[in-house]
Amino acid sequence: MENIIQFVYICSAALFILSLKWMSEVKTSRWGNWAGSAGMALAIVATLLKPDIHGYLWIAIGIVIGASIGTPMAVLMPMTAVPQRTALSHAFGALAAGLVGTTEYFLKASQLSLPQLVVLSIEVFLGFLTFTGSLLAFGKLQEIIPTRPILYPGRNYVSFSVFAFCLLLSAYMIFQAGYHPLLFISLIIFSLLFGILLVLPIGGADMPTVISILNAYAGLSSSFMGFLLNNKLLIIAGALDGSSGLILSIQMCKAMNRSFTNVLFGGMGQVIDVVDPSRDGKVVKSLSPKEASILFEAAKKVVIVPGYGMAAAQAQHVVKELTDVLENKSIDVKFAIHPVAGRMPGHMNVLLAEADVPYDKLVEMEEINPLFPETDVVLVVGANDITNPAARKNPGSPLYGMPILDVDKAKQILFIKRSMSTGFAGIDNDLFYSPKTIMLFGDAKKVLNDLVVSINSQ
Amino acid sequence: MTLGDWLTDFYVFVLASFLGLELIRNVSRLLHTPLMSLTNAISSISLVGSLALTGEGEKTWVIVLGTIAIISSSINAVGGFLITDRILKMFKKSK
Repeated sequence: MENIIQFVYICSAALFILSLKWMSEVKTSRWGNWAGSAGMALAIVATLLKPDIHGYLWIAIGIVIGASIGTPMAVLMPMTAVPQRTALSHAFGALAAGLVGTTEYFLKASQLSLPQLVVLSIEVFLGFLTFTGSLLAFGKLQEIIPTRPILYPGRNYVSFSVFAFCLLLSAYMIFQAGYHPLLFISLIIFSLLFGILLVLPIGGADMPTVISILNAYAGLSSSFMGFLLNNKLLIIAGALDGSSGLILSIQMCKAMNRSFTNVLFGGMGQVIDVVDPSRDGKVVKSLSPKEASILFEAAKKVVIVPGYGMAAAQAQHVVKELTDVLENKSIDVKFAIHPVAGRMPGHMNVLLAEADVPYDKLVEMEEINPLFPETDVVLVVGANDITNPAARKNPGSPLYGMPILDVDKAKQILFIKRSMSTGFAGIDNDLFYSPKTIMLFGDAKKVLNDLVVSINSQ
Repeated sequence: MTLGDWLTDFYVFVLASFLGLELIRNVSRLLHTPLMSLTNAISSISLVGSLALTGEGEKTWVIVLGTIAIISSSINAVGGFLITDRILKMFKKSK
């Protein structure tokens, strides 16, 4: 029996690998998801075949409850809330890993060997810190708690001390093998605390990175559980997840020109009130959507830059309407997608796909940037930091060095924004004062609607 | 477990991590969100550990903690795969 189970586990691991491989292209991506689900189903069946398993009733109850919570979370969730759902899901996955580790410890603490204690400590530490970290990320994304970074003096020392204390506790338990229930519970409490301290100072702008880092931690935690249980399927699946989270967070950091440590300990997104003295006397032009719609009359090439403002106003469907109206007038419309637009890697692509914008109209930053000089009108919908030319021109700006969409090189810029307030990074956008820029103040959905009506009546 | 077993496990871990890095590097940015919900679902492989724990459990507290772990990881698995499919269904090419 054991050999059959191991064979099924190998098939399951192969399916997970195929799943990620197929996920790299849109054409095969749905296959990828099915392969992943099949891999998971096989893993569950194989585990249930184990001769030591007899408590099927509780297993069934657990799976039924889990599925009946997970299904509505996936089916009813609006696409704008995908980052929150992912964060919450990470929290659940990590909690499971932490709980399994905890139970193992209390069942067999005194029989565990040194390497087993090492992997158990890592599993429990990663599991519980990911649990609270993800819950906090969920709270920030859902705006239950403020999205801005919560900073306090000496926070790095506090976080570091908590981390060091977790290390010390683990080291003591590892080298003084035996049963130390109080120390183990302290390790759990301090890991939970560390998760909170880790995410607290991180602001909305860094959310894509945080979600991918938490993804990596949840995966690693499962992988270390695999070491503990001597289960290679867990090791493989966890490692695949861990490296995927890691590579995505590195890509996100590159897209923002930030170092890893900076994201973890710095606090970009903190509201630095840059009172720019040169701002005085600068003029901001603004028009009503009706007046601005005339600008589309002579246009041949239009690029739309979606930002979180579009998502927040749920304006992706009106954006699609506007695209159709413009295309009917034989205007070429493209979308410029910045890698960190939105609150999760690739979030903008999903929102636009939801509104039926075909994915071949979505152009990545590197390909669209050379096209801006020949673009007649750029329409920015609530995207601030990713279009700020200060990132290119002003070495004093906190955004300096971050790759941006070169919107300022286009012939005409229309900027939809609620007010003159700053974006996530808390920095004024030089683009507002460009002679080529016209501001359209108001809710993105309403402004876009007015634009559609006016262009249609032309 | 012998030292040899540990080394084999570590070997598997290192190979799988590199394989993961190579596989993910090629994923188009377009698909980063569904990729993340997919890998999120795959990380619920910890369900295997929770199942073994609950199924073999004799003591009530083990079964209680194990069942909570099963609930958590199946929320993760079911929700992750379902929403990934929902997202992927939306991606369409121009006609």
